[in-house]
Amino acid sequence: MSNFISSSIGKKLILSLSGLFLITFLLIHLIANLFLLGGSDAFNTAVHFMDTNPVIQIMQPILALGFVVHILYGVIIQLQNWKATPVNYKTVNQKESSKWSARNMIWLGLFVLAFLLIHLGNYFYVMKFAPHDMGSTLVDGVEMHDAYSLVTGLFTNPSFGVIYSIIYIIGFVALGLHLNHAFWSAFQTIGWSNDVWRKRLSTIGTLYAILIAVGFSIIPLYFLFIK
Amino acid sequence: MTKLNSKIPEGKLKDKWSNYKAHQNLVNPANKRKIDIIVVGTGLAGGAAAASLAELGFKVKNFCYQDSPRRAHSIAAQGGINAAKNYPNDGDTVYRLFYDTIKGGDYRSREANVYRLAEVSNSIIDQGVAQGIPFAREYGGLLANRSFGGALVSRTFYARGQTGQQLLLGAYSALSRQIGLGNVTMYSRTELMDIVIVDGKARGIVTRNLITGKIESHFGHAVVLATGGYGNTFFLSTNAMGSNGSAAWKAYKKGAFFANPSFVQIHPTAIPQHGEFQSKLTLMSESLRNDGRIWVPKKLEDAKAIREGKLKPEDLPDEDRDFYLERRYPAFGNLVPRDVAARAAKERTDKGYGIENNPTKEGVFLDFKYAIERLGKDAIEEKYGNLFQMYEKITADDPYKTPMKIFPAIHYTMGGIWVDYELQTTVPGLFVAGEANFSDHGANRLGASALMQGLADGYFVLPYTIQNYLAYEIGTERMNPAEHEEFKKAEKDVEALIDKLMSIKGTKSVDYFHKKLGKVMWNNVGMERNEKGLKEAIEKIQEIKKEFWSDLKIPGEKNSLNVELEKANRVADFIEIGELMARDALNRDESCGGHFRSEHITEDGEAKRNDKDFMYVAAWEYKGENEEPVLHKEPLSYEEIEVKTRNYKTA
Amino acid sequence: MSAKTINIKLKVWRQKDANSKGGFEDYQLENISTASSFLEMMDVLNEKLVNENKEPVAFDHDCREGICGMCSMFINGRAHGPDTLVTTCQLHMRTFKDGETIVIEPWRTGGFPVIKDLMVDRTAYEKIMQAGGFVSVNTGGVPDANAIPIPKHDADEAMDAASCIGCGACVATCKNSSAMLFVAAKVSQLALLPQGRVEASKRAKNMVAVMDELGFGNCSNTGACEMECPKGISLAHIARLNREFLSANIKG
Repeated sequence: MSNFISSSIGKKLILSLSGLFLITFLLIHLIANLFLLGGSDAFNTAVHFMDTNPVIQIMQPILALGFVVHILYGVIIQLQNWKATPVNYKTVNQKESSKWSARNMIWLGLFVLAFLLIHLGNYFYVMKFAPHDMGSTLVDGVEMHDAYSLVTGLFTNPSFGVIYSIIYIIGFVALGLHLNHAFWSAFQTIGWSNDVWRKRLSTIGTLYAILIAVGFSIIPLYFLFIK
Repeated sequence: MTKLNSKIPEGKLKDKWSNYKAHQNLVNPANKRKIDIIVVGTGLAGGAAAASLAELGFKVKNFCYQDSPRRAHSIAAQGGINAAKNYPNDGDTVYRLFYDTIKGGDYRSREANVYRLAEVSNSIIDQGVAQGIPFAREYGGLLANRSFGGALVSRTFYARGQTGQQLLLGAYSALSRQIGLGNVTMYSRTELMDIVIVDGKARGIVTRNLITGKIESHFGHAVVLATGGYGNTFFLSTNAMGSNGSAAWKAYKKGAFFANPSFVQIHPTAIPQHGEFQSKLTLMSESLRNDGRIWVPKKLEDAKAIREGKLKPEDLPDEDRDFYLERRYPAFGNLVPRDVAARAAKERTDKGYGIENNPTKEGVFLDFKYAIERLGKDAIEEKYGNLFQMYEKITADDPYKTPMKIFPAIHYTMGGIWVDYELQTTVPGLFVAGEANFSDHGANRLGASALMQGLADGYFVLPYTIQNYLAYEIGTERMNPAEHEEFKKAEKDVEALIDKLMSIKGTKSVDYFHKKLGKVMWNNVGMERNEKGLKEAIEKIQEIKKEFWSDLKIPGEKNSLNVELEKANRVADFIEIGELMARDALNRDESCGGHFRSEHITEDGEAKRNDKDFMYVAAWEYKGENEEPVLHKEPLSYEEIEVKTRNYKTA
Repeated sequence: MSAKTINIKLKVWRQKDANSKGGFEDYQLENISTASSFLEMMDVLNEKLVNENKEPVAFDHDCREGICGMCSMFINGRAHGPDTLVTTCQLHMRTFKDGETIVIEPWRTGGFPVIKDLMVDRTAYEKIMQAGGFVSVNTGGVPDANAIPIPKHDADEAMDAASCIGCGACVATCKNSSAMLFVAAKVSQLALLPQGRVEASKRAKNMVAVMDELGFGNCSNTGACEMECPKGISLAHIARLNREFLSANIKG
């Protein structure tokens, strides 16, 4: 078994399974976030539900582990790949042979990681470890944290709201590009692909990547331009 | 008196091989591992032999000049491999395959060897399938067959247009397995420089490491050469750039006789040359003749207009096209044997009907329009897709829309080192397999028979016959080349040869001489030969030899990778091979198969054999530098076949 | 197609031997026929160099008809140059423009060290093949060729994979120096056929193990290998290799 885990395909299997896990998480996260569009009560209720639901609570450390594993293996694999190519070509023309996003997964990934850290600092840290920094609010008679104000406050902040929104959108565009390759690639690594399914899975992957990138980007745009 | 003993076993033709196997000597398993066998070459014959001998338990050392055994030029064979399986139920038998091969070779091959070849042909297909070769199949899951030139049955198995590749990779996979198991030691990027004879027996070889230039010796209880043909004597041929006749030539100089050197096959369907810088010719598989129709314009002015690009061939109406093979040979049509098809093309272009815009105006059309109309484009693509793609990449013409241009090219050498029934040469312990020997194809080889012969020798003949020799060698201790006089002497000779080449320091490159030799060979020792031309060729080749040894230039050093030195060593031998080819062609004062003497033609322009005087194998013995070689004759007799004039006009 | 002639500039990697440093040399060639193959152009260059008493450029080549897999040049940033489904020897000069500068480099990957100039050492591929790229049958004693019917579709797909020529373009073009397409082609070919099925698990495990040992990179499915493969071998074979490898390990 240890041979298997340390083999190239074994490592990639871990990367792809953790990636698929994160892909699933993203959809749930997006659904939760879209409650923002429904207004303060809707979003706060959703956050409260997540906060108190035992399944979500159990899943949280697993999710964190998923991130750590995915990042760790992504970096290990990349370091090995650099080592496998000690001398680079003077001229490289890969425009016609592969997609830009496929060639730059590590950079897209690291960029998303940087964004993730900011994101965690802004929201997750506050919600999890400094909830008292948030105000509280009453929804249908239940007292809960006012996460809605925390989130929208960042987008609508008069001094850095616009810049913050732009960073937020770029972060998700990068994530979209990452997913555009990642989705099919994960299935390929598991072995669930052939010439027919490759086209199907690639298309689904691209649609999914657009869904995530656009879905998350709608939120700052909504608060900047519509609200 | 002749020293040739072909060792044909007793008994009726169909029993000879069984009888031989029943009575031959074998080496017991414990002794096998004490015996070293050197195999030079990793093509179908060499790769198959090395793998099979190692499987039996012998310790094998295998050599090739390429970076991997998988590169051997067998890989380039496209069309297919014959076997008398009779899966299509169209009347094929071992006898018929044997008969077709003898007849195709124009009655100049050894009957017993050819019968054995036909006999083992079926096992090759079984072996290939067991190795995982993806032969073409029908929808029912069984193997597919196609027809090929010179046969009235469909007996050719194929794997798209890459049959040679797949068969070679099959042998290579078996070889790789044995290398992995430690039974074969593989020496790649290593060239044979000489053969070492100890007390009259072949005991090893001297090699040059092509990367470091290091000269090394290797011992073997027996030496097998499976080094292919010498078609590159012509410079332009369908052979690989590195294919060479040097191993065979070194063997010749060490006492092995060279048989029928003038028997060269000119393949009818290669892509015509484009100009002066042409480095090799690319074959378009003969299988294309199954569905393509060969033609040239009926009128000279149309041919001229096509050459000048004023007329597109696809616009020429059918009634203005001369389907000359169908016209001359109604029974076989476009499927006549290679030599016949090649000469018919030359006949047309010599008369001015050639269609290619190159200096020699050489080229005819191979048209798929009719097959596409009959079978649909998809069917043609399924069968020949990769060949069509290859053609388009080379010529930028789309053969689905416009006819292919083709012309004959040097392709294969039927001649080679003389071997007996056991594939042993006149030097004991020296065996020769595959294209490098002479035995099975006579004066002309049928399509899809080269793969068959290479693999038959390597898998099913040599592993038996070599034991009949080795059974007497089990008492011979392994020799240490570093301490053995004969090996040391051979190494010194090789060093001296290299020093001699390096020290000429003249003004002309190796290619200059090779191209010059090639022109003489093509013009005087090519598709059509005559006494005057051949005598002239011998003189010219001797001049080239003199010039080569006084004006050759090799840059670089001998103790490193030096491509020019490698080529020089080979071309030095090609020059001498060329001379022997011309000598042999001059001696053979008849026309037969691919050997066409313009003095000997029938009334309607076909080859005219002279069985009374020339029904023999011409085996040449080397007598020393600047000495005339001596001719030995192995008479050919046919017990089971009535010798006839080949006729492809009527069945 | 009628041929014309072009003038070109070449930037060629020259390296004396495996231990030397190496660098680019510039050359100029005139009147190259567009009907010439790329290697015939290299012949012209080498003939010129020999006549100038310089060492010709060393490069691997043999059959010159796209099947032996020996030729291996990285031309203008692409393995086997700017055309698809060709080897270097099948690339023709009509692909280039008059006055163009052509950059020629050897395969660059840790798995294939440079021997000299444009020649690289592909012994790593041999070792991978020796680890399992075969069906373990000896010569003789095998069943009749038609004893086991094989669906045409499977045989065809096996043939697609089997058309690999072992040139190394997949590794050379891969930004990760991964040899997965090469390994997958053999594993997939033999896994598709009943004859190879018998030891399919063992084969997948052994070949991947040696591939990893030899320091090839990890496949990240960019698909560049497939695009630069002169035989167009599909990534679907890599999926099959993954499947074979995973199921072999799950089964234990």
